Parts: sequence; structure tokens; C-alpha cells
Amino acid sequence: MKFNLHNTQRAPGRLATFSELGRHGNTSMETPGCLLYTRCGSAPNLSHDLLSGIEGVPLVTQIPLPTIVESSDVLEAFGQGVAAFSGRPDTVVCTCTQDPGKSTPTGFNDKKSVSVWAAGGRKKLTLEGFLDLQEVLQPDLMEALSDGDTPADSSSKRVKKSVDRTLEFLDGCLDAKQSRQELRDVEVLGVIEGSELLEERLRSARETAKRPVAGYVLDGFHEESMEERTRWSIMKAVLNEIPEDKPRFLPRVGRPDEVLRAVELGVDIFDSTFPYEATERGCALVFSYALASPLPNDAVSRHTPASASSVDDCLGDDGGTVCDFDGQGENGDLNSRTVYEMKLSDQRFVEDFTAVVEGCQCYCCVNHTRAYINHLINAKELLAGVLLMIHNFHHFFQFFQSVRKALRDGTMQRLKAEINKCR
Amino acid sequence: MAAPMTKMPSALSLEILAECSTTKARTCKLELPHQTVDTPVFMPVGTQGTMKGLTTSQLEQLNCQLILGNTYHLGMRPGPELLEKAGGLHKFMNWKRALLTDSGGFQMVSLLELAEITEEGVKFQSPYTKEEMLLTPEKSVEIQANIGADIIMQLDDVVHSLTTGPRVEEAMYRSIRWLDRCIAAQKRPREQNLFAIIQGGLDTRLRTICAKEMVKRDTPGYAIGGLSGGEEKDYFWKMVTLSTDILPREKPRYCMGVGYAVDLVVCCALGVDMYDCVFPTRTARFGSALVKTGQLHLNQKQYAKDFRPIDENCDCSTCKQHTRAYLNTIAGRESVACQLISVHNLKFQMDLMRDIRQAIIDDRYPAFIKDYMKTVYPAGDYPTWLRDSLASVNVDLNS
Ligand SMILES: [Zn+2]
Ligand SMILES: [Zn+2]
Repeated sequence: MKFNLHNTQRAPGRLATFSELGRHGNTSMETPGCLLYTRCGSAPNLSHDLLSGIEGVPLVTQIPLPTIVESSDVLEAFGQGVAAFSGRPDTVVCTCTQDPGKSTPTGFNDKKSVSVWAAGGRKKLTLEGFLDLQEVLQPDLMEALSDGDTPADSSSKRVKKSVDRTLEFLDGCLDAKQSRQELRDVEVLGVIEGSELLEERLRSARETAKRPVAGYVLDGFHEESMEERTRWSIMKAVLNEIPEDKPRFLPRVGRPDEVLRAVELGVDIFDSTFPYEATERGCALVFSYALASPLPNDAVSRHTPASASSVDDCLGDDGGTVCDFDGQGENGDLNSRTVYEMKLSDQRFVEDFTAVVEGCQCYCCVNHTRAYINHLINAKELLAGVLLMIHNFHHFFQFFQSVRKALRDGTMQRLKAEINKCR
Repeated sequence: MAAPMTKMPSALSLEILAECSTTKARTCKLELPHQTVDTPVFMPVGTQGTMKGLTTSQLEQLNCQLILGNTYHLGMRPGPELLEKAGGLHKFMNWKRALLTDSGGFQMVSLLELAEITEEGVKFQSPYTKEEMLLTPEKSVEIQANIGADIIMQLDDVVHSLTTGPRVEEAMYRSIRWLDRCIAAQKRPREQNLFAIIQGGLDTRLRTICAKEMVKRDTPGYAIGGLSGGEEKDYFWKMVTLSTDILPREKPRYCMGVGYAVDLVVCCALGVDMYDCVFPTRTARFGSALVKTGQLHLNQKQYAKDFRPIDENCDCSTCKQHTRAYLNTIAGRESVACQLISVHNLKFQMDLMRDIRQAIIDDRYPAFIKDYMKTVYPAGDYPTWLRDSLASVNVDLNS
């Protein structure tokens, strides 16, 4: 496995190739980029056939342990690892301990184990149990076991414990690479904990950096877990502590403005739970990531070719993250939505026979209308989730192409301006 | 009852490619406005303008040529006005091949407790608005015109197939009167084909009268209705074969609600061309995959470590990529499981119909039937109705 940085100039944001990945070492991914979020190795709502029709599908598949932990005996009997078991034998697999697409109940970890929540309920993973599971999963990369259960109000004692335990778990995982034949070739990602305590974050980062990890996971930096004020400054401090020559992963952050901010601080790899969560909300991503648009101070700045016109009508007056599409801002359901998406169950799309995003080349937008998807959502038909997932993945993957292009061409400010038009 | 004198216009043509020299089976090319359909054909049911999470491209890849939409559901949601604005259901759901819609009557009577049938039509309360509504034959044809399917069905007076007595006769005669009202109300006979539905319960005399009266109306096609409601199979096949004996050779025949493999093989031998059933896709939702010998309930423990595909001989994308064990892992947990099993089940139905058509073309359908039944009943313990129905078309399962 190799990680080659391309832009050595001091401009914010790293452009790199993460290469020699996978069983045959012949897969590489360009970063900034994202992992493919799956449950049990299948992208949400999508058969492999439908998935392969999407442009720019990430080459690294993320499999959260809660979605597969109950099948460890089956995988053991199968013997060929989770990639083959899920029907995509050639994909590069990266496992993660918790499901980034679901919130994890808090207060269940102890000194010896981390709890994950599977379909059948809670499962306690000790280090040994975790490693046994990894042996049957045979991933290419694994996030080391970690205790990230430190919600915003955690005591400093609890936070310190989480850092200590996570380092212990990491050492256990790295030792296992020596002691367990089956894990010898699995690359281990070190997880940085520490919640909102700068000191603990720095300790976690420094200690992790001393160990032979393949990359770093910045855990607990998503919106709900940390105060907006401290989040970015702590992230910056952490990134300064870790070596430049290894990839940095930032789970559960996917809002385009946050992605750009994190990219500028030096994050390389995200997950794709943001488009999944939008799909679950019955929403389509509609933000514009077009680099062709003129800068906003130009006279024709309202021209947004890749974006739906309705994004323009949704300028939030609070400058915040909640956008009132339909004049019913009190609706609790709206609070989890962002300005970057369009709620297609809304009454105003009933007779809207235009594509979700005009000009989008995904299967959904080429073949279907907002009115049809509105109907499918209201009729609770499975195809709603299928089509939205196709569009949202396509949109999100294309966005990352745009991010890389902007870094390459030095047009990051232009992209930021385009993204911020939604706000 | 006076039959119309003029020949009814039609928007289809039926070319008979081959007829079995032993049974009544035949294979045809049925040309519809949006698609030429190979018969015998199985029509999957896409109730609300979509099929169990499958895209229309996937349905095309599975070689589905004709799918069914339910007028009752579509009429409620998204509603006929919207469908008309969209340019019909074809455009609304982006399905370029043929569509058939039912009349809406059957669903009302079976789904709504408060439905009441009068000479005027079916009176019911909207489950959404609680408004009292009336579905007349004219209204049904009008809604189906807005939906714009290639084949539309008359509103019929459906009684449960287990009903006996004067109600059956009343429903039969009313269905004929309603057919006349549907014919009179139809405005697009050169774009849509109105099919009559033969009623008459399990009564030979009533079925015969109904079939003969409807043949006089010269509709583009005929359906055999009011069956597959749990009646004795002995009656079922007799009503089917009686109907196909009366129906004209040059028009398509559609047996409503039939979709189990054994029933399909038998009804094809009895001369039926078209079928529909929710079963293959509905059963997929519960983790059941169709195989020749029956069903695999993939959420059962016995498949947890079964690393074979659903069917080794199936070349659907599910069987090519997935094992029973993987499907067992995700069944009931991930919505994609339902789609994967639906793909297989529809492929199973489509392959069966393809094999039936080929056997008829090669004039080896009797041998095909015997092989098929031997697979389903390896011990040779054929039910009586199966022996009898096939014997009626000169196929002796014991020889
Ligand atoms: Zn799209
Ligand atoms: Zn199959």
C-alpha cells in the first residue's frame, strides 16, 4: 500500500493517490475521495448491477461491523472473506467498528469490550472477538478497535479512558498482525479519540503516530458529537500532529461545505453516509459543484448549470444548516435536512415533470421525474429509495471529482463559492 | 340481450406461430401499440406504477414485455388527472413496453369492506379522503383511458369463486351489461384494447352463456375471470377449458390471477395465452425464491451456510452473484434482498414461459408437460385435478 502526495506546494488541501490496494495490489484511489458505504457489503437499496451503473463508484468498500458481526460463523464456514461473500470478490474492503449510517447507543463500552448494535441487538466485541471476526472477514484495511463513546457531555476522566483503551486496542491489533497469520497483510488504521479535550486529542494523535499504522481515523468529529466552535480548531491541531505521508480518514462528515473545510485542513478520505442519510430522508442532493460557473461577484452569478433552480429559492436567512423548502420550518423532520438537498415528498413536486437535477447524467435523472419520485415516496414504494440512492451517490461521487479538479487547477475558492450559494 | 352489429375496432393483432398437435396450447405474436408480446406470456404486477424496487431497465433485461398496473391504486394515487398530465402511465413511470390495467372493481370489492355493488356501479368509501365514491363502467374506462395502457379491462361484477346461488347468475348478466356500457364509453379503441371478462362462477351453464354473449361483442380479447380465489382445482380447470373452447381462435385469452408454475403449464395446454399474478414478487418480499420444485424460504436457518446460488442453472444476476447464504444474511434486513429475490423470481417466470413457447414451437409440449410434472412430483403422486385436466387435452401423465 502506498500513499503519494501530489501537491507539494503549500496550498491548503492535499491531492494524493492511495495505491497498491487490495488482494492483488492493483487498485488505487485518488484523494480527496470517499469510501463506498455498504451494509453487509451491499450498497443501501442497490443491487451490484445497479451500483455498477453509477459513475465514479469508490473502489474501497466500507463494511461496518454491526452489519456483519452476526454472520461470523457463516463467514468462517465460507472461508473466502466478506468481499467474496457479498458477491464482489474484487473489491477492496475497509471495515469500521461502528455503523456510520446509524447512531450508536451510548454507555455500553467497558474496559475489555466495545459494544456494537447488530440487527439482533447488542454485541460485545472484546479485542480477541474483534480479531477473530477480522480473520473471517479478511478485509484489506481495518479500522482498529476503538472506544469512541464520548458524547459531548463526557467527563474528562471518561475521555481519557477512551483514549487509553483505544491505544491499547490499537496495540493489540498491531500485535495480531505478527501473531495471527490471517491478519498479516491487513493494513491497520489507527483511531484518534479525545472528544473535545484538546490535550487528549493531541495525546491520542501523538501516541497513534508513534505506531506503525497505515492511516489515521479522526473519530468523533461529526456535527452532533462536537461543538461547532471547537471542532475545526481541534481538527486542525490533530492534523498537525500526525505525519503527512499517510491518509487521514474523517468518518460521518459529508456535508459539502464541511468536506471542503476538512479537505483544506488536510483530510483525505470521507465516507458516503451523507448521500445515504439524504436518501433515507426522502431527499435528493441538489447542490451545485460546477466549476464552470463564474465567481459569485460576477454579474451572472445566479447561473448554476448543474444545480436545480429550487436550490436558489432556498437561501436560509439564518445562514445555518436548516433550509425551509416549504414554509413549514417547525416540522421536526426538516431539522435534520440540509440546504444541499431537496425533499421530494413535498407537495410542490406532485406535478413537476422535470428531472431531479436538470443535466445530471445519473440513471434516475436521465429516466425519471420529480413527480414520479414524489409518487413513489408517497406510495412508500421501494423504488423511491433505489432511484434516490442512485442519484445521491452519483451526485456525491461527482462532487469529489470536482474537489480533486479544484485542487489540481487551483480553483478551490470558486468551488467553495459555488457550494456556499446554497446557504 | 342484443349484441352490437358492427365489428369492434381493435388496437392489436394476433399471429399464431404454432399450435400444439396434441393439446390446445399455442404460441403467438401479440402485437400491441407499445410492444410485440410473445405468448403465452406472464405479466408481472406493478401495482402502483413500479415493481418491487426494480427499475424499468431491469424489467426490460428480464425480458418482461407486458406488465400490469392496478387501476384502483393508480386512480387513488397519483390519480387519473396527474397521469393524464404526465402523458399516461407509460411516460409517468418511463416504461416503453406494453401495459395492461385492470378495471379497479376487483380490488375495491376485495380490499374495501364497505364496497357495495348496484346496477350503476361499485360504491365505496375512499380510504384516503373517506369520501363516498362510485366506480361505474364508464368511470373505469375513463380512468383507464387516462392511464393509457395497451390493454384495458371491462368493469365486471366480481363474486368470490366460492359463492353459489342466484348471486352468481346476477353477477354474470350484470357483467355483460357492464361490458356493453364499457364498449359504449370507450373513446380510444384504436389505441387501447378493451377486454371482456367472462364470469359465471363455477357453473358450466352460466360460464357458457357468458362466454357466448361476450364473443358476440367481438372485443379485441377475452379474460377468464372470477377464478383462482381458492376454489377446488377440479372446477377451476373445467371453467378454463370450457371458456377456451368457446373463445375465437384469433383473439388472445387471458386467465386472471394465475401464476403458479404448475397452473401455468396446465392452462397453456388448455389454450390460454396470458396470465398475471402478484405471487412471484410478493413472495420475494418474504424471502421466498422460486425453483422448479417449489420455493426456498431463504430466511430459514437451513440456508445460512448454503453457498450455492438459488438455482445453479439460472442465469439471472442474483444467481450469478449471490449465494443462498448471503441472501439468508440480508433477507428481512436490507431492502436490497427483496429486489434480488424478485429479480430471480421474475426470471424464473419468464424462463418458464420461454420454455413453454419453445416446446410448443417444436411441437413437443406434451413431453415438456410430463417432464415438468415429474420434476415437481418426483414420486409420481399427481393430484387428481392435474391428471384429469391434462387427460382432457390428451396428455396422460402415467404413460
Ligand atoms: Zn441525478
Ligand atoms: Zn436466478
